[in-house]
Amino acid sequence: MYVAVKGGERAIENAHAWLAEERRGDPGIAALTLEQIREQLSLAVNRVMAEGSLYDPDLAALAIKQARGDLIEAIFLIRAYRTTLPRFGGSVPVDTARMNCMRRISATFKDLPGGQVLGPTFDYTHRLLDFKLAADGQAPKAPTREAAPSHVPHVTEFLNREGLIEEAPADDTPPPDLTRAPLELPASRALRLQALARADEGFTLGMAYSTQRGYARNHAFVGELRIGTVPVEMDIPELGFSIEIGEIEVTECETVNQFKGSKTEPPQFTRGYGLVFGQTERKAISMALVDRALRWEELGEDNQGAPAQDAEFVLYHGDNIQATGFLEHIKLPHYVDFQSELELVRKLRREAGADTAGDVAE
Amino acid sequence: MTDHAYNFAYLDEQTKRMIRRAILKGLAIPGYQVPFASREMPMPYGWGTGGVQVSAAILTPEDRFKVIDQGADDTTNAVSIRSFFERTAGVATTTRTKEATVIQTRHRIPEDPLSEGQILVYQVPIPEPLRFLEPRETETRKMHALQEYGLMHVKLYEDIARHGHIATAYAYPVKVEGRYVMDPSPIPKFDNPKMSGCPAIQLFGAGREQRIYALPPYTRVVSLDFEDHPFEASKADHACGLCDATDSYLDEVIVDDTGTRVFVCSDTDYCEGRQAQGFRGKDTA
Amino acid sequence: MTALIGGFTTPATHSAHAFRGVMTAMARPGTIETLHGAMPPAPLSPAAGAVLLTLCDADTPLYLAGDTDTTDVRAWVAFHTGAPLTGPETCAFALGRWDALLPLSRFSIGTAEYPDRSATLIVETDRLEAAGATLTGPGICTTAALSLPGTGDFRDNHARFPLGLDFLFTCGGRVAALPRSTSISAPKDC
Repeated sequence: MYVAVKGGERAIENAHAWLAEERRGDPGIAALTLEQIREQLSLAVNRVMAEGSLYDPDLAALAIKQARGDLIEAIFLIRAYRTTLPRFGGSVPVDTARMNCMRRISATFKDLPGGQVLGPTFDYTHRLLDFKLAADGQAPKAPTREAAPSHVPHVTEFLNREGLIEEAPADDTPPPDLTRAPLELPASRALRLQALARADEGFTLGMAYSTQRGYARNHAFVGELRIGTVPVEMDIPELGFSIEIGEIEVTECETVNQFKGSKTEPPQFTRGYGLVFGQTERKAISMALVDRALRWEELGEDNQGAPAQDAEFVLYHGDNIQATGFLEHIKLPHYVDFQSELELVRKLRREAGADTAGDVAE
Repeated sequence: MTDHAYNFAYLDEQTKRMIRRAILKGLAIPGYQVPFASREMPMPYGWGTGGVQVSAAILTPEDRFKVIDQGADDTTNAVSIRSFFERTAGVATTTRTKEATVIQTRHRIPEDPLSEGQILVYQVPIPEPLRFLEPRETETRKMHALQEYGLMHVKLYEDIARHGHIATAYAYPVKVEGRYVMDPSPIPKFDNPKMSGCPAIQLFGAGREQRIYALPPYTRVVSLDFEDHPFEASKADHACGLCDATDSYLDEVIVDDTGTRVFVCSDTDYCEGRQAQGFRGKDTA
Repeated sequence: MTALIGGFTTPATHSAHAFRGVMTAMARPGTIETLHGAMPPAPLSPAAGAVLLTLCDADTPLYLAGDTDTTDVRAWVAFHTGAPLTGPETCAFALGRWDALLPLSRFSIGTAEYPDRSATLIVETDRLEAAGATLTGPGICTTAALSLPGTGDFRDNHARFPLGLDFLFTCGGRVAALPRSTSISAPKDC
């Protein structure tokens, strides 16, 4: 006798209850507050804001808590929430030359106006587990000095004066928005940059790394990496001018890439660009390298068939919410499809004379 | 009870208009994949976000909604999607195919014939039937434009040369009104003939891939085949162990450690309906 | 002030019902549906108003042809839909009486790769009934009939399938549709 399984609804309710219990962990230990996450796991918060395409540290902290620290799950929560928000308009482009920098380094010049500012970086920490941190949570005091001059010119401006780097003229064409229109190829650079800015950090890193190892190598120098806050302004048509609506932290990376010239372009330096919400420099540098690799066509370079040169490949596979959803959906029931495959394989084996075991007992 | 924190059927009105326009173009060009700006939904891509967006755009408060996955109303993802619309649209739901006005499905077409007032919404993972032959969207779009479907026929014919049969058991490609080759979603090929001449409206939503396509009622849908190897809608050669139906698609269930199998209807509503009428299969007590 | 009234009082449910009507019409060419809830300024019919409210917004350039292009209509469209007004060549939707919409060659019929990027024409008519030209094709079991303002233009349109225009016919509160997929033969009594 066979009785069909039932109870999907109860199974789901129970799974949710169990999840909530596991999320909380040992109730004898104090629960994490959103403030703690926002302040002390700020790089996780930044990544969730960047790939979630929503600048809100408190919501990102909530998402991280809800997702039990699974950042892709947290990004997913933010994306789904973002979809429901009304859109009031677009901001004026942020002016990163006016950035209030907490970090600014150039790999191409020893010194330059605005100076080299290391800022709060892991770069020269020795990666030794700090057992003092396990014991106490005391905040050491960092030394301070007067703030540097607020205008920090871009390195590429200096190269531009000599005509050594490609021009990047201002363009007021409204950029396309892949959250409001389906992705269409070929994609403009603005659209590619938007996709890269919210692409998975690991995917972007892997793609960028592949260019360094020779899959469309583009000889990148970090012309400049800067992290800091910039004001966000919006044009208010009723007022006839723009007003500042807030301030966001961003990371910007401009690479300067060697370029021997092509059929259409003279020898000069070329640019790769990365701009990402928050302090997210691994992502911003990766983005700049991949951006540069994707520009082969407009610069008249050869297509080496490298993955990072393939806009369709990069743009269709860099989004971790799309990727994880589709990847994980294969754990959903597929027994109808599987049954049809079973029948087919049995039939083919029967005809090939392979099925000597005969039918299994029924 | 509707969840008032969100708009009726979750999506905002602007998003619904965008989806509705895509549905109308899809109906006007049967089998053609209309790009649409799919939104991020509160369930993962690949779990029915396309179907959910289409359902959200077509539901009215008076609808009676049915959701099936693998033919069953009680599968976890079907339960999850059904409760999403109970919560956000406040629509009545049902498990009865005949009573439903809108049916969202993953991988099956119900056994009971659909009727004129009904709408069947398919969840589609990969809407492009040529995708496994050509991974590039830029190329497949050209192939549809030029009706260049030779590659598909070559693939099917290679199967025949190698196996003596077309080795595609589900997501079996169809041609719509002699023009577009279309992916029927991963339904078993047993269900393919139900698509043709169907009195209901059939809508297909692929969220992650951002495509919507449609079949108006009574559209001619032909499964690709060859004169010497005609299409055959196959199923397990058994009767349902619960309701004794011989005309329904069957799931194979392993019931003990020795591997004993029983075959039961994949369409749970159809099976229950037959059992209520007194039909009994050999595996009932 | 007329611009502010005559929209859907409950937009989510009104537009859900109106869309089901329009979708049924498009899916079943020749079927006549009734649309409720819109009271646009003259000369627009309530059905045409409902179609605009249901399908048009800032993303859909709209062409107001002939006598539909009035100050009142412009203000109503701007307030309730936000659709930018444009000419026939660049519109996603066009609205007007049949004569004002001709010649059809001005409208976009889509491209071979994107046949969906074509205009939808909302044709205001004085007469809308299930009689006249014989329709066959997707959405139609055997044949259907619909009072069309002509036959030649619709046949030419169908001949370009999958490119082409799609039509909604509005009359009072009623709507019917003719997608490009429908094949037309002349009324038998003509």
